[in-house]
Amino acid sequence: MEKKQFDNKLVQWVDHRLPVFSYMNAEYNEFPMPKNLNYFWNFGALATVVLVTMIVTGILLAMQYTPHTTLAFGSIERIMRDVNYGWLIRYIHANGASMFFIVVYIHIFRGLYYGSYKAPRELLWMLGVVILLLMMATAFMGYVLPWGQMSYWGAQVITDFFTAIPIIGDPLTEWLRGDFVIDNATLNRFFSLHYLLPFVIVGVVALHVIALHVHGSNNPDGIDIKEPQDTIPFNPYFTAKDSVGLGVFLIIFAFFVFFAPNYLGHPDNYIEANPLATPAHIVPEWYFLPFYAILRSITFDIFFLEAKLLGVIAMGAAVMILLIVPWLDTSKVRSARYRPIYRIFFWVLLVDCVILGIVGVKSPSDLVFSGISWFDYKTLGLAGTIYYFGHFLFLMPVLGFIETPKPLPTSISKPVISLPSGGGSAPIGAAAAKKEKA
Amino acid sequence: MFRRALKWGFVLAFISFSTNSMAAGPLKHEAQDWSWQGVFGTYDRAQLQRGLQVYKEVCSGCHALKYVAFRNLTDLGYSKEGIRAFAKTFDVKNSEPNEEGESFTRPGRVTDYFPSPFPNEQAARASNNGAYPPNLSLMVEARPHGADYLYALLTGYKDPPKGMKIGEGMNYNSAYPGHQIAMSAPLDDGAVEYTDGTKATVEQMATDVTAFLAWTAEPNLEERKSMGIKVMLFLFAFLAILIAMKRRTWADVH
Repeated sequence: MEKKQFDNKLVQWVDHRLPVFSYMNAEYNEFPMPKNLNYFWNFGALATVVLVTMIVTGILLAMQYTPHTTLAFGSIERIMRDVNYGWLIRYIHANGASMFFIVVYIHIFRGLYYGSYKAPRELLWMLGVVILLLMMATAFMGYVLPWGQMSYWGAQVITDFFTAIPIIGDPLTEWLRGDFVIDNATLNRFFSLHYLLPFVIVGVVALHVIALHVHGSNNPDGIDIKEPQDTIPFNPYFTAKDSVGLGVFLIIFAFFVFFAPNYLGHPDNYIEANPLATPAHIVPEWYFLPFYAILRSITFDIFFLEAKLLGVIAMGAAVMILLIVPWLDTSKVRSARYRPIYRIFFWVLLVDCVILGIVGVKSPSDLVFSGISWFDYKTLGLAGTIYYFGHFLFLMPVLGFIETPKPLPTSISKPVISLPSGGGSAPIGAAAAKKEKA
Repeated sequence: MFRRALKWGFVLAFISFSTNSMAAGPLKHEAQDWSWQGVFGTYDRAQLQRGLQVYKEVCSGCHALKYVAFRNLTDLGYSKEGIRAFAKTFDVKNSEPNEEGESFTRPGRVTDYFPSPFPNEQAARASNNGAYPPNLSLMVEARPHGADYLYALLTGYKDPPKGMKIGEGMNYNSAYPGHQIAMSAPLDDGAVEYTDGTKATVEQMATDVTAFLAWTAEPNLEERKSMGIKVMLFLFAFLAILIAMKRRTWADVH
């Protein structure tokens, strides 16, 4: 790097003492990116945009919100009716949570498809899982704040998980709630933590980005950068490409905010919390449904372990298992593009998660097909749960040994393998050529 | 391209599947045509005014409307003078006691909220056979299928099917979950005399009061939609510019 890379004297002066300008230049301007990234590499940037949006709207909402059981619901209605553009800020915040999860879930499945978790990016991936966990905690506590029926009863169900822990379960739950039941103490601490955790997320995101910038982005071919022609600078190429993705994303986001603001919510949350009236069905927000299905799928004791505890363990393990994915996957090849069998099971896993999501909203005893009496949603949920864990614990390790990967391109800029006869690698070359146009 | 569409299809199917089934309940209702539906939908002012009349003359005897203030009625097309006069017809308990420390009631002012018919839940239950008439401000948002359900409920008082036992003080209703509701049929033909001469059938009154309650649930709906159209137009134009910019930037990458 040249010594004098900035013309402005003041910038030079600052940069000599605090190299923020060199840092920004190296990490966001000149930073080398694989040139074959497709639009699935937009979702990290999109998640950052949503995180900032959530923090800004959240701070504005906190200025008008009252965290007290008798006033919270009414203060939300005041925001919706009397605060200038309060309805807009609240609808952005409420739908922003859903947008955040859809973006992050696509981001995670992108990582699973292209093997972005493999060496040397294991810690990058694990930090991402930590962000997901923090997001889940934040979203759950945020949903409690409006103090509607689903807020209250959702909090009741979730905090009740902790009673499943042997011996210390009950005192632990009391300690977490700050009371024997969900009440003002609970609402107050949830508000405090809901304000705190997003900034913890910002910190972990910073670590996530630092880890990313050590070895740079993975790419759809899943091969390392080998020569300078493989990369292009982040700016202007990926600032431009991310902007297109952002433009599409904002249209989808705005559609929900302006034309279907309550579509992703539950009508019961427009009823003020009532500890004496339990809703007919307590369902979590859509982004928790697959995990909720896993929780409810365990309905039997194993030895001295109760079903309830096992369900909680299974649900926790469903997220935690992502932490060890880098070591469960034994294949040397990163990208599913060159893994013919893994690629199929990737899509099966995605369908399995969708099925678990559907199971999450259904009553466990309802029949999947009205004609088949033994096949209820509880059974489907258990099958989906077994498959989910089977994918990670069985398929991932085994496929690495039995699968014959397709030949990898020699480098990103030379995707066609130059064999003397030519013919054999045509499909790969054709696929890569098509992607480059995108 | 097709594969990409397929992937997105999965995502959207997941969202719609999970939420559709969430909203579905055991309720019998038919979708009605409401003026505020759709991207360009707006409230029908005359209908809202008729609905307000039904609320005041029929519903307000038992049901509160606690998040709506008289000043909000300007949205319905009333003048400030009209609202001032309208507010005066209500007795409102002053929030502060008088100089002797006694609470007192006074005629309503435009800044007051609609007064609740009962001082507390216990009083409401005592005069309603143990049932608690809910606050109606958010009813359309707080029920699956909102307006359609409300209309079906108000027009759903029928003779019970043969063999069905109706509990003491309960009424059969085809739209209510469980089909037994404590509220007796609130609307009879001619229950109100509309000032605009509209014939007050049960269906007409049910439609009007449902529309009014849709407005009380979301008074900012029109502002939201009209802003949404402008935002969408901007975003589509903005996206076109971004796509053009991206293409030019990437033109030299091979």
